[in-house]
Amino acid sequence: MNPLTHAVAIIYILSAVGYVVYLVRQDSFWNRTGFYLLIAGCLLHTGTLGYASLLAGHLPVHTLRETLSMVSWAIAALYLVFQTRYHLKILGAFASPLAAIVMSISIQLPMKSVQAPVVFNSIWLYFHIITVFLGDAAFALAFGVGIFYLVQDQAIKTKTQGFFYRRLPSLEFIDTTGYACIVVGFTLLTMGLISGFAYAKTAWGHFWSGDPKEIWSGIAWLLYAALLHGRLSLGWRGRKAAIMAIIGFAVLMFTFFGVNFFLKGHHGEFTRW
Amino acid sequence: MADIVLIGLNHTTAPVELRECIAFTPEDTVVALDHLKQEPAIDEVLVYSTCNRVEILLVTGDIPAAVDVTKKFIAATHQIPLDRFENFLYRRENDDAVRHVFRVAASLDSMIVGEPQILGQIKSAYQTATQRKASALILNRLLHRAFFVAKKVRTETGIGDRAVSISYAAVELSKKIFDSLVKKKVLMIGAGEMAELAVEHLIRQKIGNLFIANRTFERGVSLAERFKGQAVRMEEIPQWLEQVDIIISSTGSSELVIHRDQVKAAMRARRYRPLFFIDIAVPRDIDPQINRLDNAYVYDVDDLQNTIKENLEDRKKEALKGERIVDEAVIRFRDWYDNLNVVPTIVDLRNKLQKIIENELRRTLPNLRQTPAADQESLQKMTGTMVNKIMHDPTRLLKMEGHHINKPVYLDLLRRLFNLDA
Repeated sequence: MNPLTHAVAIIYILSAVGYVVYLVRQDSFWNRTGFYLLIAGCLLHTGTLGYASLLAGHLPVHTLRETLSMVSWAIAALYLVFQTRYHLKILGAFASPLAAIVMSISIQLPMKSVQAPVVFNSIWLYFHIITVFLGDAAFALAFGVGIFYLVQDQAIKTKTQGFFYRRLPSLEFIDTTGYACIVVGFTLLTMGLISGFAYAKTAWGHFWSGDPKEIWSGIAWLLYAALLHGRLSLGWRGRKAAIMAIIGFAVLMFTFFGVNFFLKGHHGEFTRW
Repeated sequence: MADIVLIGLNHTTAPVELRECIAFTPEDTVVALDHLKQEPAIDEVLVYSTCNRVEILLVTGDIPAAVDVTKKFIAATHQIPLDRFENFLYRRENDDAVRHVFRVAASLDSMIVGEPQILGQIKSAYQTATQRKASALILNRLLHRAFFVAKKVRTETGIGDRAVSISYAAVELSKKIFDSLVKKKVLMIGAGEMAELAVEHLIRQKIGNLFIANRTFERGVSLAERFKGQAVRMEEIPQWLEQVDIIISSTGSSELVIHRDQVKAAMRARRYRPLFFIDIAVPRDIDPQINRLDNAYVYDVDDLQNTIKENLEDRKKEALKGERIVDEAVIRFRDWYDNLNVVPTIVDLRNKLQKIIENELRRTLPNLRQTPAADQESLQKMTGTMVNKIMHDPTRLLKMEGHHINKPVYLDLLRRLFNLDA
């Protein structure tokens, strides 16, 4: 497993390089290079994760190393699917390096954890994990898009055409893209929470256990729900939406990682290292 | 061999008063072409005259004579003494003339590099020249190459990309905010050349409704008719703020026309859809504080000018790329031009050899003892083969592609060595 996961990390890094060169030079050859490398890396990654699942009999998310690998996969996979519809050209320069960095950290971590968690297997669990990870990846993209929006907004407001001005599309385009990311993320997160509750019922007999992750996920879910509601009925678009996407992601990061590290609860078992 | 020479003046060498004096109207151009092409010193001629330059392109075997007769023609037909404009004229010959024509057509020599009008103007001048049969092989080729180079420069460099006029800059900025301007609503307050130009550009972008507000309602109505928009009253502007997306303001008012509070209220009502204010007026019409509101953007005249300045800098960089394209094209044209003389020279040499051999054969045959017809035929064939074989190597060398030899020099040498021009 090791050489292949290393290969995935290297391919992601090469893809990231391609996208970053495209960011600077705006030569579409580099964009294509980054894109095809990312596809190759993601396919290989899917293969290694699938194989690991078969071997272990469950999704490989039992150590921090495995979890981060899954996160990296989710970012790459979701970005690839997303950009078939939403062509924010330099988004790759955010998504690909992110996937590469997360994967690079993953392969440095130890393979076996101190204590393997005991898990009741169920289809709900698979569904829960995949939708949550993909949803988080979508929110990560929304975060990147939010930053792009603020950069371009700043350039236009202050009348200074910096490095990004001509590399980024119009504000409307960026805003629409960010909105799409949030919608996708929210849908997936909702599915993830519901399947999580369903799993809890089948595994432990009750929907809710007051686990910190459940609480904080609920908070994150409410926050994004508010964002969507605000956009639809109050017109929270443009600058406000971008800022909220960034804040939402910060909350999400705490939900995903912070809770595991700093608070107790059953999810902490999955990120031991 | 014919030379190419260009004489003229432009906005960098002569003031507008002088350029006016020697400008050519379309009618003047026809007269000039007809007259000049009949001059013995001139083989081909092209004239183009724009508000920034007047240039005459000649193909001639005698540069001094051609230039002289052209200058005298200008003096006579424009009724202006020769010494009044002579010193402002520049003169370019052969490769320099070719380079100049390419640069002008590609808008690299224009006052605003990258401007699109000059190409059309030259095309039109060329069309006139072909109609009057004033251009022939060399100028036809030169102009066609010029159009090709101009297109190449425009598509392969960014010299025409960014806005360098207020109205274009306004439209470009709109697109950076709104992505597509299709169906967007525009409000024009006041009137004025730049505002109207900007509105024209926006209409070309297929905007939706256009509203026109003017202190004098009748003026607003007539503008609305012209642009196929709707006239509205100044008092209604706050309500329209909720509806429109782009506002162009250009009134003579010394007071602000739109205030921050009005926009703040409107933003809430329009659910924070972006609002773009283009304030062309001096003193300003739009409260600059509006720029600090979320999703509202205000650009005044200075802001637009600064944008243009940056774009002009970019154009200069792109122009360097354009110059490289022109340089390459000049070399290619020179190749074509040099090769023009290869074939006639080879033909001339072959003819000379043929004549020599035939003469000698004719003189020798009677001196031989009875030569039967078959033998005479063999001798004829031999002379033909001899000519071919002698010509083979020189022909191959002269027709070779590339710059292995200096063709004009070789051709010239050949002509002299064999006295082909006797």
